[in-house]
Amino acid sequence: MELARTSHQPQPGGASPRSGDWLRSLGLGDWLYAAALVLGAFFALQQYGASMDVYDKGILLLHVPILMAVGWHWKAFRPFLAAVAAVSLASIALYQGELARAEQSFLLKYLISSQTAIMWMSALVFMATAAYWLGLALRSDFAERTGNVLTWAAVTMGTSGLFVRWYESYLIGPDIGHIPISNLYEVFVLFSLLTALLYLYYELRYGTRRLGAFVLTVISAAVGFLLWYTFTREAHQIQPLIPALQSYWMKVHVPTNFIGYGAFALSAMVGSAYLLAERGVLASRLPPLRVLEDVMYKAIAIGFAFFTIATILGALWAAEAWGTYWQWDPKETWALIVWLNYAAWLHMRLTKGLRGSMLAWWAVVGLVVVTFAFLGVNMFLSGLHSYGSL
Amino acid sequence: MQRGTARALFELLSSMRFAISLLTILAIASVVGTVVKQNEPFNAYLNQFGPFWFPVFEKLGIYSVYNASWFLVILAFLVVSTSLCIIRQTRPMLREMRSFREHAREASLRQFSHQASMVPASGVTVSLDRARAYLARSGFRFRASEREDHVLLAAKQGSAGRAGYFLAHGAIVLICVGGLLDGDLPLKLQMATGGKQATSGNQLIADIPASARLGTGNPSFRGNVFIPEGRSASTAVLNVGDGILLQELPFSISLKRFHIDHYENGMPKRFASDILITDDSGKALERTIEVNKPFEYRGITLYQSSFEDGGSVLSLAVHGLAHGVPRLTTMQGAVGDTVPLLAGNARYTLELTQFRAFNVEDMGTAKDNDAPASGMARFEQHLGSGAKSPTQKNLRNIGPSYTFKLRDEAGQAREFNNYMMPIEQQGRWYLYSGTRDSQAEAFRYMRIPLDAEGKAETWFALHDIVFDPALRAQLAQRVAARSAAGTSAADNGMRDRLTQTVEHTLTLFADRGYESIGRFIEATVPAAERERAADVFVKIMQGAVWEAWLMTRERSGQAAPALDENNAVFLRDSIAALSDSLFYGAPVYLQLTAYDERQATVLQATRSPGKALVFLGSLLLVLGVFAMLYIRERRLFVLIKPNEVLMAMSSNRKAIDVDETFQRHVDGLRELFAAPENRPT
Repeated sequence: MELARTSHQPQPGGASPRSGDWLRSLGLGDWLYAAALVLGAFFALQQYGASMDVYDKGILLLHVPILMAVGWHWKAFRPFLAAVAAVSLASIALYQGELARAEQSFLLKYLISSQTAIMWMSALVFMATAAYWLGLALRSDFAERTGNVLTWAAVTMGTSGLFVRWYESYLIGPDIGHIPISNLYEVFVLFSLLTALLYLYYELRYGTRRLGAFVLTVISAAVGFLLWYTFTREAHQIQPLIPALQSYWMKVHVPTNFIGYGAFALSAMVGSAYLLAERGVLASRLPPLRVLEDVMYKAIAIGFAFFTIATILGALWAAEAWGTYWQWDPKETWALIVWLNYAAWLHMRLTKGLRGSMLAWWAVVGLVVVTFAFLGVNMFLSGLHSYGSL
Repeated sequence: MQRGTARALFELLSSMRFAISLLTILAIASVVGTVVKQNEPFNAYLNQFGPFWFPVFEKLGIYSVYNASWFLVILAFLVVSTSLCIIRQTRPMLREMRSFREHAREASLRQFSHQASMVPASGVTVSLDRARAYLARSGFRFRASEREDHVLLAAKQGSAGRAGYFLAHGAIVLICVGGLLDGDLPLKLQMATGGKQATSGNQLIADIPASARLGTGNPSFRGNVFIPEGRSASTAVLNVGDGILLQELPFSISLKRFHIDHYENGMPKRFASDILITDDSGKALERTIEVNKPFEYRGITLYQSSFEDGGSVLSLAVHGLAHGVPRLTTMQGAVGDTVPLLAGNARYTLELTQFRAFNVEDMGTAKDNDAPASGMARFEQHLGSGAKSPTQKNLRNIGPSYTFKLRDEAGQAREFNNYMMPIEQQGRWYLYSGTRDSQAEAFRYMRIPLDAEGKAETWFALHDIVFDPALRAQLAQRVAARSAAGTSAADNGMRDRLTQTVEHTLTLFADRGYESIGRFIEATVPAAERERAADVFVKIMQGAVWEAWLMTRERSGQAAPALDENNAVFLRDSIAALSDSLFYGAPVYLQLTAYDERQATVLQATRSPGKALVFLGSLLLVLGVFAMLYIRERRLFVLIKPNEVLMAMSSNRKAIDVDETFQRHVDGLRELFAAPENRPT
């Protein structure tokens, strides 16, 4: 019910007419959700507190209000979070503290061990892409709704997969355990998840599922790369962290960066939808141009904001690990180029009032620059970020 | 006219078009710096670009783009342009932030793209009160302006978004200025004005002239401090172009111990230096510096940057491989030393270049792997935990190794890489020694087989007999005698021919091993029979080396070796190593027998005065970006006449949510104004 209401009456951020009454507008569900989060955090502290340092505990507690705000603002996020918690905990319980259980337990082997869950995510992403395209081609609301459900299922499996992978890394050895965002394989999973979540959010905000076909296509491409990387390079194997990566900064720098990359990828796909619609291709099926343009802007704005933070976090980390916050390493330099590119994009739109296909083209080209910064630098240029190498 | 030009210049510099052009040039210039590797030794560039382009690119500053003057000029222009932009925008922005535009005319409100009107159900006063209440509740600040026939409520919210502009753009200026302070510029200035000059790196620290030394007062630097275990250092080395400068530190750092920890799979886990810092105040501080855990003292930050060998002492057994070189002597040397080495009549210098106590290598699977899975089976291998991989690596620490260069009198050097411990291959043990002519090549390894007692001595004894011209005839006779044993005396002629053949084969082999035998076969035997001939030669060599083995046993009074499979393999390996030894390129084999490891740490010492500025700028930048993007400025005008209420809205951004927000406010206000007067709002 709540879902349906929100999707028909998009509520843009900023001041709502009764911002003072906002707390009172929260229903029983909202408070139950909040209570679940508090209990969850308490349970985690109780259960795993011994192996956490003060930063870990701080971050854990910080997640309570953040997830509370996200879940209050975006109701569909709650079942997702609950499902991820359930799958991850079920997997951890099945492991019984022994890695070998991954081969013995049927559920682990074929459903919810990390590799298998990520394989399921891959399959579900492909299926969701097909469903969204089918929906677009046949104007089928049912196919699009299926796409939506499949995408939610994919992010649930993927997110759980990463959490289980995190746990598995500690089973290999307490000194090996680390958050699974330390190599190219793991961040590709992260990229797929964050892009899909951003898309799902905008799908609800703008009340249209017509963009799924485009956005899921870029996620499918990422998943395709991931599979190639798994099967030909054996990149999925958990490796211990080299000394340069053993830092708390990694946990904040990498996810922030990938919110940026994900949002930029999303804006490029919406940009390509814009360019097609503008030429009359699929125009009757896609949302109006002004909606496409607005989504594009919103995505770039959020991407730019997070990318700015990520780059700064990277500089803070570099200052601690390499002794200088900026040394024109190829990865740093390309991050700057990406940043300058979107800074220029925002200036043209906001200050010069530029609109239309020029900006759409620019967003599409932006993805090329981002892809180079993300992958190309690792493939063609050598530098300090070489642990993300192919 | 003068004024006009200045004005035009101001306009140009502060214009956004100019700033965006600068950003574009900056981005393209940055790309160049990522494609051409920066700050390499000049020789590398000379090799890469050739003698024609090398000086051209050097002039353009391609080898150090981000410190090139033209790059800094672009940055400076960007700072100027952004500053002017801020100056230019300040007044109108502030005016905009303060003003409520309460003097807006009715006619101009009716021009707004977002406007709506209605007939109120109540009088002006009541409507006014209701509108005020509504605006206050919705988070607007407003001002009322009463005119002859109507009242205008001019409301606004989100003006703070404009402050974001100042934060973000001011932050850019701060970051650029901070970056300039920490860059090469302060050093360049000192070199230009303070008479400082870089010097070559090939001299003792004590010999470096004062002109290449920077005092402790230097506000900004980044250099490396090299400290062997048990020693101390109080200077950092700054690389400048092709030379170095020496930075004096206000304290002395001594290294007590350097640690490298490894994970089970051999990947490095931890690099750490236990150091002791002492300064003129007599204070002593004990600290451990690790990667990601720097230490700051007296404004200088010390980082774990890398590590090297600090002069490990190596004990070597010198096995002669050439005629006239003693069978076995011993010597000692430290890594980094150059030691004279006399091999027979030839003089060499031995340069010990590196020592590694650990070498973790993938030794491959012990037994042959099953055929790679395909289809479903292969897919299934990738299910389960992330801990496993279908292709298992067999990582093993194969013990210490060291590298050295052997330079002959003509100055020609060959590089060698020897492992201390024997290495197992398919159940047998070998001493490995690699050699190469230049750094560009990979090492080619000679494998010296160990005998049943696990010693290399047997092979060296074989080597001495097989390659001794004086023993060749005797060896050949013994081989012939053994194969002719039991035959009649009439076969003397055949025995002589066999003796000749064996001697000839040994002479051939002593030249270039199997290679010269191969050449001889190609030159003298028709193609169809070459394979058989090769077999015969191999058999002869095996017979000869076997005989040599028997000779060594006789000499030492031991029993003859058994004729079994194990010894046959040893024989084959020995002959292969004998053949390889002819290409070894050194008259000696230097076996590492003992070592006393001494490591050295390389710490980076940094003083960066701009860091605080950059971090402050970064914080402001984030605040500014969020304010600019997410605090939306809205102006809502409610004009109340006795018979009409006009609502209009403006925003500094045109986006869909402006339409939605306006619609929401119109709906809210409409409901209020439509209510009859006696109903409380």
